[in-house]
Amino acid sequence: MDHRSAGGVGVTLTPALRSPTDRFSVRLRRRPLLVSLLLLVLAVGTALFSLSWGSAVPVAETLAALVGAGTPATDLVVFQIRLPRVLGALLVGICLGVAGAQFQSLTRNPLGSPDIVGFTSGASAGAVFVLLVIGEQAMAVSTGAIGFGLATAVIMYLLSWRRGVNGVRLVLVGVAVSAMLESVTAYLLIQADIYESQAAHVWLVGSLAATKWDQVWLLVGVIVLLVPAAVMLSRPLDQLSLGDEAARSLGLRVERTRLAVLATAVILSGVSVAAVGPIAFVALAAPQLARRLTAGPGVGVIPAAFMGALLLCVADLVARLLPLPGQLPVGVVTGGLGGGYLAWLLWREHRSGRA
Amino acid sequence: MTTASVHPGDTGTPAHQATPPPLGRPRGRRWLGLVVGLVILAVTMLLSIAVGARAIPPDTVWQLLWHPDGSELSVTIHELRIPRTLLGLLVGVGLGLAGVLMQALTRNPLADPGLFGVNAGAAFAVVSAVVFFGLTEPGEYLWFALLGAGLTAAVVYVLGGAGRPSSHTRLALAGFAVAAALQAVTHGFTTMNATAYDEIRFWLVGTFAGREAEVVVGVAPLIAVGAVLALFLGRSLNALALGDDSGRALGARPGRTRALGTLAVLLLCGAATAGAGPIHFLGLAVPHIVRLITGPDHRWLLAYSAVYAPALLLLADVLGRVIAFPAEVPVGIVMAFLGAPIFIVLLRRRHAVTH
Repeated sequence: MDHRSAGGVGVTLTPALRSPTDRFSVRLRRRPLLVSLLLLVLAVGTALFSLSWGSAVPVAETLAALVGAGTPATDLVVFQIRLPRVLGALLVGICLGVAGAQFQSLTRNPLGSPDIVGFTSGASAGAVFVLLVIGEQAMAVSTGAIGFGLATAVIMYLLSWRRGVNGVRLVLVGVAVSAMLESVTAYLLIQADIYESQAAHVWLVGSLAATKWDQVWLLVGVIVLLVPAAVMLSRPLDQLSLGDEAARSLGLRVERTRLAVLATAVILSGVSVAAVGPIAFVALAAPQLARRLTAGPGVGVIPAAFMGALLLCVADLVARLLPLPGQLPVGVVTGGLGGGYLAWLLWREHRSGRA
Repeated sequence: MTTASVHPGDTGTPAHQATPPPLGRPRGRRWLGLVVGLVILAVTMLLSIAVGARAIPPDTVWQLLWHPDGSELSVTIHELRIPRTLLGLLVGVGLGLAGVLMQALTRNPLADPGLFGVNAGAAFAVVSAVVFFGLTEPGEYLWFALLGAGLTAAVVYVLGGAGRPSSHTRLALAGFAVAAALQAVTHGFTTMNATAYDEIRFWLVGTFAGREAEVVVGVAPLIAVGAVLALFLGRSLNALALGDDSGRALGARPGRTRALGTLAVLLLCGAATAGAGPIHFLGLAVPHIVRLITGPDHRWLLAYSAVYAPALLLLADVLGRVIAFPAEVPVGIVMAFLGAPIFIVLLRRRHAVTH
């Protein structure tokens, strides 16, 4: 899985090298490559640490199990509990990082993310509906989440459409639609009895604790299909960020590109929500942080993907390490860290004069 | 007095106009609209007292309203429905006025008290009160909610550009960021503490049900002070609408107006949220609706909003009692479903906002 993603870095560079319209200097292209590699190494390192940390199976035995020399007991812990969870963190992080980079580029807003444009609240309402009204089955919850999320995204797109879709309008329509959906979710949560309601609520926060292999394979499949698509879309998306008029004059089919980007981003976020619940802020923070490191223009899909993987892995590790009575869902950690980061971002903008 | 009519296109006081504007609204008609609004408000208050899970004939209601006899019906009316109606009145006045103030101070027609993190701040404080102090009565954690809402609103206000005419989305996004961070922590508490969860899930939908007179008594003075402050700011807000420089030239003091306005918003939003939980969209939509009658004069806008917002809110509350009879739909949910479509229509009517 890892070397496949590293191959993705190569893919980003090839069109850039061949593109006759390419204006970016070599210096700028080398840096994202190095940053991506560094982030990948850090993410994998964190994942290995996370994999081997725990009282049940210490480091040496974990490594032994990984190379196929473990006992049945250690194999169970490593392969059925820890490995899916760690891989889930990496893969969901990649999905969210890519989706976030695309949303932010599309809305031309550093704060654009699937959390904001109503998708997440749609998926949450769908999942809670399945959990509390229809009755719980893991597969059905995922289906409900993706179905509602997609439906919400489509409705949002149509509602934002007025002689084309304007990024800011998309965000604000998202706020309105989210409020409606959240009120539906809240209503479902007060109708159910306390135990079912709290189980649904834990799902709403987003947790990696119950990640299973089938979810991992689903994520792998979606990433293999859609991350290359996102990479190929990043050039048109960069042109789009020049403004619709300029992009049209470059021969870009503006609305079609926007729709393709939106579809990719929504499916990526949808699959991750279905797998582990709506995890806050990774999609928002990863592209921003990656961008600061690469100091490059453009969407930066691959750096954002690895940054997402690193962030979620670290957040999951923090959630496991915190000395608390219960298991803290990873969404709490990402939300707390992400919220702080976002507030700081706004504070800096505020200090640097009128936004 | 004269400041309003300086504004091009303003339909201010006819006395100062050389030529009557094309859309002149005679003062008489505005007074009439206000009186009609007061009548509507009185009717909705009576409806709110008369309609409920327990059917009481209207003549009996009227009789018991003025002559309580200690019977069960009388207790229902005086101990349950009257406090509930008064709370609706107070919260409506608070949110309506806060909406006008927000929109005027930020010069952002899409500003809404509910989009500014007060709800998440109050929810966070309520959960903290339950977790750390074991409080379980709305009357007990009222003050926590108030403090949480007020502090959060203050932080968001600063991050969102501190009342400077900012980009149309910035404030809403700052609210989103802070709210999401606080929600994460709230979720952290509620996933580990069933009592806190059970308490907060009912608080989060926004309702007047089950609030004892204590809550009304706690909220009333704050709303009263905020409302008086707001109503006195009408003229200053008119001057502010001209822009700081022109306003100053006419003797306005933009800094003072913003400071007092912000204080009023904090009091009104904080108290309304603490009293009823989150109510979305009322403060956003009502100023836009009444503006169709009042024109841009803030004195009239404030007066109208203070009358029509509680009328609409009480109507939504009565509707919530009737829709799913004998069950109740909390007023916050009814309001989100009434308000979100209005918000989206407004968005689509405005000129495309771009950064």
